[in-house]
Amino acid sequence: MSSPATRQGWFSPFNVVAGLILAFGAVIVALRFIHGLGYATNLTQTTTWGLWTGFKLVFVALAASGYALTTAVYIFGMDEYHPLVRPAVLSGFMGYSLFILILLFDLGRAWRIYYPFLVQPGATSALFEIALCVALYYTTQFLELTPVAFEWLGWRRWRRVMVGVTVALTIFGLLLSILHQSTLGALFLSVPGKLHPLWYSPYIPLHFFISSCVGGISMVILLGVISKRLWSHKFEISREQLDRLTVGLGKGGAIALAVYFAVKLVDIPLGNKWHELTTPWGAWYLVELLGFVLLPCGLYAYGHRERLPGLIRFTAAWTVAGVVLNRLNIAVVAFNWKFPLHLRYFPSWMEWVVVLFLVTLGITIFRFVARNFAILHDHPDYLAHH
Amino acid sequence: MTISRRGFLGGLAAGTLAAGAARAGAHKHFKGHPDRLGLLHDTSLCVGCRSCEFACNEVNGLPPPPAPVDDKRVFDKPRGLSDKLYTVVNRYQPARGGQPAVYRKHQCMHCNEPCCASVCFVKAFTKTPEGPVLYNPDVCVGCRYCVFACPYYALSYEYDDPTTPRVVRCTMCYPRIKKGLNPACADACPTGAIRFGKREDLIQLARERQRKNPERYHPYLFGEDDYGGTSWLTLLAAPPGEMGLPEDLPHEPLPNLTTGFLSMAPLVAAIFPGMLAGFSAFTKRRRQLDQERHRAEMKALREEAQSTLARERRSFQQQVQLAAEQARREAEHRLRPPAGPAPARSDAPREEKP
Repeated sequence: MSSPATRQGWFSPFNVVAGLILAFGAVIVALRFIHGLGYATNLTQTTTWGLWTGFKLVFVALAASGYALTTAVYIFGMDEYHPLVRPAVLSGFMGYSLFILILLFDLGRAWRIYYPFLVQPGATSALFEIALCVALYYTTQFLELTPVAFEWLGWRRWRRVMVGVTVALTIFGLLLSILHQSTLGALFLSVPGKLHPLWYSPYIPLHFFISSCVGGISMVILLGVISKRLWSHKFEISREQLDRLTVGLGKGGAIALAVYFAVKLVDIPLGNKWHELTTPWGAWYLVELLGFVLLPCGLYAYGHRERLPGLIRFTAAWTVAGVVLNRLNIAVVAFNWKFPLHLRYFPSWMEWVVVLFLVTLGITIFRFVARNFAILHDHPDYLAHH
Repeated sequence: MTISRRGFLGGLAAGTLAAGAARAGAHKHFKGHPDRLGLLHDTSLCVGCRSCEFACNEVNGLPPPPAPVDDKRVFDKPRGLSDKLYTVVNRYQPARGGQPAVYRKHQCMHCNEPCCASVCFVKAFTKTPEGPVLYNPDVCVGCRYCVFACPYYALSYEYDDPTTPRVVRCTMCYPRIKKGLNPACADACPTGAIRFGKREDLIQLARERQRKNPERYHPYLFGEDDYGGTSWLTLLAAPPGEMGLPEDLPHEPLPNLTTGFLSMAPLVAAIFPGMLAGFSAFTKRRRQLDQERHRAEMKALREEAQSTLARERRSFQQQVQLAAEQARREAEHRLRPPAGPAPARSDAPREEKP
């Protein structure tokens, strides 16, 4: 299938910029593997998890778009959101792909990635549960996307088989997501002395899971509008229909953020942290909690009530920025907060380039697949099948 | 790989940790192997000669630490452990006026319940019954969760090695211990500030010294109970916070903070599939009921429409008949000759039939 956009040729402005970033990023990644982690990163003996770990958390949190929408449609029967399922699952799949890539760059011996499964499993580790769940969930997302490939190949029988197990895959995927989204937070349970008490909490796994719902819903809103803007002629739903869905998703976002805000709020008296709020760290914490949780919660609610899809889209972008801020605060900013400035870790430019490289890679692949496969519309041969 | 029985037992012990909360209420509480070894650093005897650093680097095949033994400028800035320095001596100035500077040696504490071991997803760490915590580079993937989780910043990583980077740290000179020797630092210490022996004996010794010289020591014995206790014990010449040590650490082993949560995973896996399948069944049934209601409504509508249609048709036919009757009558009336007889009745309806 070709569209007007692909007929512009290979040298569209997007392709040129993306190509340059990808080429430069690939060089940096190569240097990291040739010279070791010490060459490419500013990691220290006291801060061994840095920007890349922060973005591992970000990628997984935002990849929640997949489970958020499949659950809404296939388990709770919100059928009107069906047109957004495939973009959401594809974006989730891309998120996990980026997670796995940045993990491979960050591991000291990436080629031993299968060791926890095949050589010597360490079942008491939170990371073991994460590794197991991510491996299984990545497979699940892959299976959820196979109907796209089968439609393209024309394998009707296989497509029917895979569509038949949609609900089972959704349940399995949600279970795995609940487990590993929260367990990513559990990684920080063992560092009460290193993570600032405002961000540290015995309930941090719960914080991670609920904020992943927040991130997932917001990503779906953004995916909808970006897809409509870029590929209007391919996206099967009309502008009015998309606006209606956006307003509906805004309500979901408001509820998720309200729950998240409540859980974060009760954490302060539970951990007796009131006095921390008056410190500079407390001010920064309040920026996150009020500016990126409470504010978007109100904006989502207002946008839903007044039927303002534009406001909801802006809020979605704001909320995604908030999820990024939260994960980086926990993994980088508020970690080793007691250290004097000269002992603190600041990411190297190469670490930032690799993050930019991965984000660009994800967008490029999403763009390619969305353009060339039946992601944004039903395959014409199977219109009556769902 | 030296997994063997010890590694297996270690894994088993770690596995039973997953019982977490349940075990706290039980009577059995593993207090550690009775004769395990330890080291005591008496900071009141330490003169900051750094002989231990040099001995350590030599035994571990590392280049000697920077600056010769008599160069005191290295203490101007506190130094951290690294992949080239498994033990480090730093100088601290106590807050109490008039007290001279004190020195403290830092290295892996060899915890009784090591967090590095519990967070490792390939079980690369083993707590030996003798006390040392050992690391197996043959299975290490390099995730550095252990370095991240260690509360004492005691683990270092070989960042500059692109192919075989390892986690490195003090091994409590396990190979020397096995040969019946003391750890190198204990042998190198010229003032006897480092003592090697059974951990229980060392605790007794430390308590005795504290009792005899209360003005010389802070009453806290660091390492006795912190996060479940460590093999290295530190007799403090100043409060722990003034000697670069964390204060008020809980006695609860650090791994317990995570195992409670992780033990919920099997429960989640047991409950959620059924619960979600239930939700999905509700949805499916609601859809079915909606469809049935819709079908019933359509049927009712159709029947109503049909009966209406039949009624309308009947009334229409009646009206037509009436109209025809009337027209016929009018025609008869118009066509009737003023005095003539009426035409035959049977002719008219045939012409006017619709």
